[in-house]
Amino acid sequence: MLDKIGIAKRIAQEVKDGSYVNLGIGIPTLVANYIPKGVNVTLQSENGMLGMGPFPIDGEEDADLINAGKQTITEVPGTAYFDSALSFGMIRAGKVDLTILGAMEVSENGDIANWKIPGKMVKGMGGAMDLVAAAKNIIVAMQHVNKAGESKLLPECTLPLTGVKCIKKIVTELAVLEVVPGKGFVLLERAPGVTVEEIRKATAGKLVVEGDIPEMVID
Amino acid sequence: MNKVVKDAEVAIHDIQDGEVIMLGGFGLCGIPENCINALVKKGTKDLTCISNNAGVDDFGIGLMLKTRQVKKMISSYVGENAEFERQLLSGELEVELIPQGTLATRCMAAAYGMPAVWVRAGVGTEVAIGKETRVFDGVEYLLEMAFKAKFAIVKAWKGDTHGNLIFRKTTRNFNMPMAMAGQITIAEVEELVPAGTLDPDHIHVPGIYVHRIFQGNNYEKRIEQRTVRK
Repeated sequence: MLDKIGIAKRIAQEVKDGSYVNLGIGIPTLVANYIPKGVNVTLQSENGMLGMGPFPIDGEEDADLINAGKQTITEVPGTAYFDSALSFGMIRAGKVDLTILGAMEVSENGDIANWKIPGKMVKGMGGAMDLVAAAKNIIVAMQHVNKAGESKLLPECTLPLTGVKCIKKIVTELAVLEVVPGKGFVLLERAPGVTVEEIRKATAGKLVVEGDIPEMVID
Repeated sequence: MNKVVKDAEVAIHDIQDGEVIMLGGFGLCGIPENCINALVKKGTKDLTCISNNAGVDDFGIGLMLKTRQVKKMISSYVGENAEFERQLLSGELEVELIPQGTLATRCMAAAYGMPAVWVRAGVGTEVAIGKETRVFDGVEYLLEMAFKAKFAIVKAWKGDTHGNLIFRKTTRNFNMPMAMAGQITIAEVEELVPAGTLDPDHIHVPGIYVHRIFQGNNYEKRIEQRTVRK
């Protein structure tokens, strides 16, 4: 079974050299720390920046330079700034190659719910609906089951949707799965030490197991 | 062509109770601090505020929430404010949540003189309820209307007496589309210079969009999430 860093490390293997990537808040943010050497990516922050660097060293924070999580960050050589309309313009136009974000639920046809729990304080969708509606490739980083022990990979989402038929791949503490509409959650890899049966038990939606399922290789 | 006004109080003097206003910034980054303070001082009530966020309890739009000056917020993310949550749950405050890109694009539509735009964000979700849809090349889109705001209040880094604006780093955010979307745009700047001083090639918002400009003071520029490298 993987911890959060393990999930981030596995997703980092999906990032292609020369790509533009938008990282959501939480585990997705950690992915930036584990991108393999020799793979150059440009991080897009939807509040208006391409080429997002690491957090500043203490004392060099700049209130005018934050990411979409409102954290202080830095530039890298080649950074470009722009406004929110242009930022979502490039997202909408499919210029961002990969979006990595968290989710509360994903359905077997690729629907995602990650912004609202009825009855609880609703903070808003931020840029999540725009991102899932537009990105060419979306990977979800999440736990396989919620805190109540219920599967987050469902036949249909029960929570209000963020987007429909948009999720392509899911990486959890148990598995890597491809979402194939009309087919279900196709199991690609098992986390170290995790059996297919354990994954099946934690998956409420249709799990497709074809042949031998390899174990993930993570440094 | 001189658009300079003395200060924030003069700049916002004719914003009436019940007005629809846009406020630039992302989180607390690049917010028009001087104008928010002046609105609090003036006590303008029942405002509808179009702003990506709603500030924190004691800074930004949070200051106007504390004084109950806001009737409705139109935002994409409002999570960082306890007083906001209290007013929302008690029914004192109305909130309309909009996808962030749609929020920005509805500003852009107003800036570009377009009545509406087709967007994919929200298709198949509750955001789509009641909205006109159309299929282009096999993909469904929602019709989203340009914002109509009487006033837009923004903050820029530098500006000149003609209203030309330049922003710094990630403060362009909603300041730029909103500056161009207001019927009357008020810009507060850290440094106001005579027209002809700024490099014309470096202007982000041309002065034609800006109606009032002044040099603000005492910028606090609060950081919401101070994060540093370990």
